[in-house]
Amino acid sequence: MANEVTNTMPPSTRLRRTDASEVTVDIRTPDLEINFGPQHPATHGVMRVLMRTDGELVTGAQPHLGYLHRCAEKIGENVEWLQYLPYTDRYDYLASMNNNLGYSLAVEALLGVEIPRRATLIRIICAELNRIGSHLVAFGTYGLDIGAFTPFLYCFREREWMMSLFEKICGARLTYSYIRIGGVFNDAPPGWFEEVARFCDVFEQKWPEYVDLLLVNQIYVKRTANVGVISREMALDFGLSGTMVRGSGIDWDLRRDMPYMCYGEIWRDGAFTIPVAKGEMGALGDCWDRSWVRVMEMMESIKIVRWCLDHMVDGAVIGELPKTLKVPAGEAYVGIENPRGELGHYVVSDGGKVSVRTRVRGPSFCNLAVLEDILPGSLVGDAVAIIGSTDIVVGETDR
Amino acid sequence: MTPAHMLVQEAAPVTVGSGSNAFLEGLVATLGEYLPQWALWLGAAVTGVAIVMGLISLIAMFSVWLERKVAGHIQCRYGPMYVGWHGWLQSIADGVKLLLKEDMIPRDADRLLFMIAPALVLAAIVAAMAAYPLAPGVFFADLDLGVFFVIAMSSMTTIGVVMAGWASNSKWTVFGAMREAAQVVAYEIPLGVALLVPVMVAGTLNLREASELQSDWYGMGWFMFKNPFMLPAFVLYFIAALAETKRAPFDLPEAESELVAGFMTEYSGIRWSFFFMEEYAAMFLMSALAAVFFLGGFESPLTWAAGEFFGRELFVAGANGAKELNLQAIPYHAVAGLTLLIKTFAGIFLMMWLRWTLPRVRVDQVMTMGYKYLTPLALACALGAALWEAGKQALLG
Repeated sequence: MANEVTNTMPPSTRLRRTDASEVTVDIRTPDLEINFGPQHPATHGVMRVLMRTDGELVTGAQPHLGYLHRCAEKIGENVEWLQYLPYTDRYDYLASMNNNLGYSLAVEALLGVEIPRRATLIRIICAELNRIGSHLVAFGTYGLDIGAFTPFLYCFREREWMMSLFEKICGARLTYSYIRIGGVFNDAPPGWFEEVARFCDVFEQKWPEYVDLLLVNQIYVKRTANVGVISREMALDFGLSGTMVRGSGIDWDLRRDMPYMCYGEIWRDGAFTIPVAKGEMGALGDCWDRSWVRVMEMMESIKIVRWCLDHMVDGAVIGELPKTLKVPAGEAYVGIENPRGELGHYVVSDGGKVSVRTRVRGPSFCNLAVLEDILPGSLVGDAVAIIGSTDIVVGETDR
Repeated sequence: MTPAHMLVQEAAPVTVGSGSNAFLEGLVATLGEYLPQWALWLGAAVTGVAIVMGLISLIAMFSVWLERKVAGHIQCRYGPMYVGWHGWLQSIADGVKLLLKEDMIPRDADRLLFMIAPALVLAAIVAAMAAYPLAPGVFFADLDLGVFFVIAMSSMTTIGVVMAGWASNSKWTVFGAMREAAQVVAYEIPLGVALLVPVMVAGTLNLREASELQSDWYGMGWFMFKNPFMLPAFVLYFIAALAETKRAPFDLPEAESELVAGFMTEYSGIRWSFFFMEEYAAMFLMSALAAVFFLGGFESPLTWAAGEFFGRELFVAGANGAKELNLQAIPYHAVAGLTLLIKTFAGIFLMMWLRWTLPRVRVDQVMTMGYKYLTPLALACALGAALWEAGKQALLG
């Protein structure tokens, strides 16, 4: 049965008499089956988790998906290569720049087009700024899940500036479609790079606020440490990626391990490090570790942005491409490090104007699978903390 | 064995406080010649209830506005700005909206309980408010068991909350209701024991009398400064009061991110606002108790000066022996009432500050904290304070 959830209650809780006049008395009340979602403040969208609870104790959980399904992949097989780009904005709407980038890189791998250096650097700046914005939302809404309202608005204060930076460069605040196949849509307006540098400076000043106010807050630590522990083996078995896998102590980041664009160069320059959780506050791989990785990564992104600003060159921002794009026959897979993990695009072309197959490996979807195993045995309050710590964006799990 | 009617006879002479009801006295002083006794009683009761209701509404409205402003400024925004100067009329606009909203009762809810629950919650808190002294000479009911009455009445609201959660017939509301019941049971004990410390120092449960006892040292003779165990007792009391009033970080019964809206998930419109009013009225009462029993109540140097200058007696013996209103003493009573209000709102502000700063604790942590830490600490405080007082009496006579 699809809705079957296992009851993990140990049999020792049953009251039994073992003498001859045996009476088996099961004093448990039946477990409560409860719909966590689709309309629930803590599911970050319209996800539904069918939970079985014994009082406050969660004894079984099963995520149900599909409430936000928009047939993105099928659309990819029906519209022209470039026309699909706006649809990529909409799977992980908190990291649209990264989604644009992943798709563009996949198509460019088939095209074999030369990307101008300036375009690459602008792409990295945008992707990293977007990563900061995405982690700000992840960390802020995680605070909301734990019950702290204020850090959320502090995070949004910085994210607001990040979005207005994007508004200046491409006119949109959430769904950018700015990184195009072959480069970026247009050059940065005058003064934009200086403002990005100012943003980096201010962000560096504000960043300790998040750490002081929430990350090392005693209640926050008590709520998240030793909760929702994902061991190294489990993380590998479930194919987790991104902050989830680094939160379990596995040093894996596509920007370094499968470098794309000029991330390899930046890494070799020693411009950034990859924060890997060490289990400081509790068991390795708990919710606190995952949020720690996110908070630390924001500062690493700032360093990458600074490197790109320092190495900025003049020149074109988009390669020479025909108006109607015909992609040579073949197939390509490109995985990039999205804020939530590995976003993979697998595209197949038969040489025509339209893709034959567009397959998306969404990190949220893969990271979500682990919920079913780590939720049982936790309290209802913990369940919220665990779901929040996986940092899923439902637009991406369903696409 | 004593027959039952004898017991009643023995119990009869209990006086309800030394000063009875200020409104009754006021009515007797002004209209005593024209109206029969029962009409005076009824008039005093109606006036009292009306004023309490009005007071609760005003407190709730002001507190909601204050909460939104405090939250806004803590969160780098302004809060309400459009209705009136800095949005001070926002609560009235919200109240009108709530009154006009459709009153929804879920199909599967227990209609009767669903409708009674908010009324019960509000009734309990209105009753508790009766013990709040407006000014040294102006009070609804001058109860000798004031503290006891307030705590008893404010825990009555729990019944309403559990009723609401059960009657809604929703799983989330039952979660909220059960959390509320468990939490209040756990925190009632440290709350009561922590309050026992100042009660022991004061030797009275009467709010007005306790305040009067702090008028020495030029109005700074607060109980807080009279016993070294007062400060820890105050901290314990404040934490327990947060839990008692369902305020963050103990807002588990309504834990928005966990239980949607807890016990009030299914409520809307004016019924919902009853729960809301109860929350703010409970905050007010708990802060008022803290102000009266720890922070000097009406007393401050300003109150003392006003008392010295204007005189303290609101009712003085008139020409023919009847009590007369002493208009001269009114500024003193106004200053005293305002002092208590300011102290109370300082407590409310502290609660708001905490709410918008701290994350929420988990349900098992709430229980652990209540039973394993707060209760023993409060008991230790009470013991320490008792020994201190006994020692003081033995040494100083």
